[in-house]
Amino acid sequence: MQEHDMSWVRTEMVLAQPAPAGVTGMGAWVRKNLIGSVSDTIMTIIGIALVALIVPQVINWAFINAQWTGPDRTVCLTAAQAQGGIQPDGWSGACWAFVNAKFGQILFGTYPTEERWRPILVGILLFVLLVPMLMPKVPRKGLNAVLLLIVLPIVSFFLLSGGAFGLPHVETPRWGGLLITLSLSFVAIVVSLPLGIVLALGRRSNMPIVKMLCVIFIEAVRGVPLITVLFMASVMLPLFLPAGVTFDKYLRALIGVSLFSAAYMAEVVRGGLQAIPKGQYEGADSLGLGYWQKMYFVVMPQALKLVIPGIVNTFIGMFKDSSLVSIISMFDLLGIVKQNFSDPNWATPVTAKSGLVFAAFIFWLFCFGMSRYSMYTERRLDTGHKR
Amino acid sequence: MASQEVIREEPSRGSFINDPKVRSLVFQTVVVVLLVGGVWWIVNNVIDNLTRLHIASGFGFLRGRAGFDISDSAIAYTSDSTYGRAIIVGIINTLIVAAVGIVTASIIGFFVGIGRLSRNWLIQKICTVYVEIFRNIPPLLVIFFWYSGVLAVLPTPKESIHLPFGSLLNQRGIYFPRAVWGDGSWLIFVAFLVGIAMAWFVARMARQRQMATGQQFPVLWTSVALIVGLPLLAYALSGFPLSLDFPKQSTFNLTGGFVVKPEFLSLYLALSFYTAAFIAEIVRAGIRGVARGQSEASEALGLRSGQALRLVVVPQAMRIVIPPLASQYLNLTKNSSLAIAIGYPDLTATAGTVLNQTGQAIECVLIMMTVYLSISLLTSLFMNWFNAKMALVER
Repeated sequence: MQEHDMSWVRTEMVLAQPAPAGVTGMGAWVRKNLIGSVSDTIMTIIGIALVALIVPQVINWAFINAQWTGPDRTVCLTAAQAQGGIQPDGWSGACWAFVNAKFGQILFGTYPTEERWRPILVGILLFVLLVPMLMPKVPRKGLNAVLLLIVLPIVSFFLLSGGAFGLPHVETPRWGGLLITLSLSFVAIVVSLPLGIVLALGRRSNMPIVKMLCVIFIEAVRGVPLITVLFMASVMLPLFLPAGVTFDKYLRALIGVSLFSAAYMAEVVRGGLQAIPKGQYEGADSLGLGYWQKMYFVVMPQALKLVIPGIVNTFIGMFKDSSLVSIISMFDLLGIVKQNFSDPNWATPVTAKSGLVFAAFIFWLFCFGMSRYSMYTERRLDTGHKR
Repeated sequence: MASQEVIREEPSRGSFINDPKVRSLVFQTVVVVLLVGGVWWIVNNVIDNLTRLHIASGFGFLRGRAGFDISDSAIAYTSDSTYGRAIIVGIINTLIVAAVGIVTASIIGFFVGIGRLSRNWLIQKICTVYVEIFRNIPPLLVIFFWYSGVLAVLPTPKESIHLPFGSLLNQRGIYFPRAVWGDGSWLIFVAFLVGIAMAWFVARMARQRQMATGQQFPVLWTSVALIVGLPLLAYALSGFPLSLDFPKQSTFNLTGGFVVKPEFLSLYLALSFYTAAFIAEIVRAGIRGVARGQSEASEALGLRSGQALRLVVVPQAMRIVIPPLASQYLNLTKNSSLAIAIGYPDLTATAGTVLNQTGQAIECVLIMMTVYLSISLLTSLFMNWFNAKMALVER
């Protein structure tokens, strides 16, 4: 048919060549990612300038110039600022000595020193139960959850509050610092998730009165700032109760924070419920499952899995919001740090900044940890929903 | 047919306890009874407590003399004004700080969000660090940081830091030169309004012409010229009526100028920086949410990258961005209630002071909640309308 003039045919493969020098290695990476174009180069220069301006200053302030230990404020003062100041003129650095001196308070508030083993024990218990809960490979999740979410709060209550089993009673006004921040947000988390699920189900219910009540509650709470809810819990709740019945201030804050986050949680869960295809509900119905069986076995496992990022975001928000109780004069982590600014023994220009940076670091550790864990879980549970 | 009739005649499959209708009716009755009972109990307790504490209920107290001063007030207010007026001052302050905070947070958030998608490695990392720091710190802490950490340790008024344009910075805030409007300056405002109206009109005409003929018109530059040029022209015509009152140093304090107090400044900066981190994430998600095919298709149509961004990507990204953005704006407004912690007289702070002075806890908390709730509901109504307008028009 057609004549081919194949004078030469290659019989062996050409050996692979190394990539041209221009597209690999450090230089190419810099060319591609930092100085790709004129505008890119300008941005890079601005970025370098920004980093050069900020980072050395921060490192200098937080580490090199910082005062780590000391008995009182003189270690963080220059001679010009007050008598006895030991720092040279123009010195500015973190006063970690302040944080160091107040560390016990930052953790426990004014919890009696000889009883501090109790919050420490609770912390250890929390750690021991929480870590296996978070590791997907560890078995017996059901038992673990019961211990963590039901047994631990009860045990912690008796341990922290005392008054039983021969433990002296410690009133909640003496609690403070990280102890309040953690206990408040832990209880709020434990309470708000089930409450939020119930509210979300109520909002999607067929019963008009239940639905209306849930909608009103959710929208009203989401429409106002937490601080007004806390105000309500601290000044209005006593009026709602019969004369003579008083509520612990801590408990009132706890109720406020829990109800507030339950409303947000409800909206997150509702998003998950809406994303479940109708066929799932109908399938469960056709299998003869009752309402709660349908929710427990079919709908919720799928819906909650979808909204894990939203739930964790609500947890993070709640953890951050727990700092607002300092406004209704409870001394959480932020409140106790702020209260100590007024200690004349430590009054220096850098005290406030150091204390706040330290508090910010602790908050940041917890929140960042939670968000990273949520990202990890999201990836792990991502079972084929991604297109 | 016959068998179907039989089935229809006997709908009940068992006892009446299992009938979902009956069940729901019973359940709802129980809920209503519990609710009414609870409310009745609470109301009784409240009446009891109020008579015991000799507090008159009702909003009559709003007409009483306030007797406290408010440091920042946009409307005339003295300690002789009424409680009602004090609360209105608070509402206005809340709206002011929310408005400026929203604008600043949007600008920072937009740039940081774009920066996180930048191909430039360094810019991307800087923006990521910014977002990860501010997202994970309580806003109250950021407010305290600015207030007690940064602004409180600035020098005294005597040793004020000099900023550009004759502004001064010290412990008591930033002192800007104040604009003093002379006679005839109303002309400038009129010109400004006319400029905006004409720009809007030009944009409309240009659009119609483009629809009809396909010819384009440089709308942006014309608008800028109109909105900036007309007031400038009016300024020149009315004989330069604007002068500046610079802050001057006297023995103990500064006089003259326009003062931005540290309370406002720290609240404003903190809310802006904090919310910007969230807005950045929203902007990033919005831009990444537009399918890659869209920008490829606009390239294939021959649009330049700026045009593709403006005409194809951004309008679609807006649809993803707007609902969460609206909720962030609401969050910022609600977070402005943290002003109470540093004593900026916003709604929560003034209503809180009124509460402490009068003991009218229920009324004051109700006022606070109603105002915030109305702001939220109005915003969400507006956003729903806007969202419906922007929504994808499908067949």
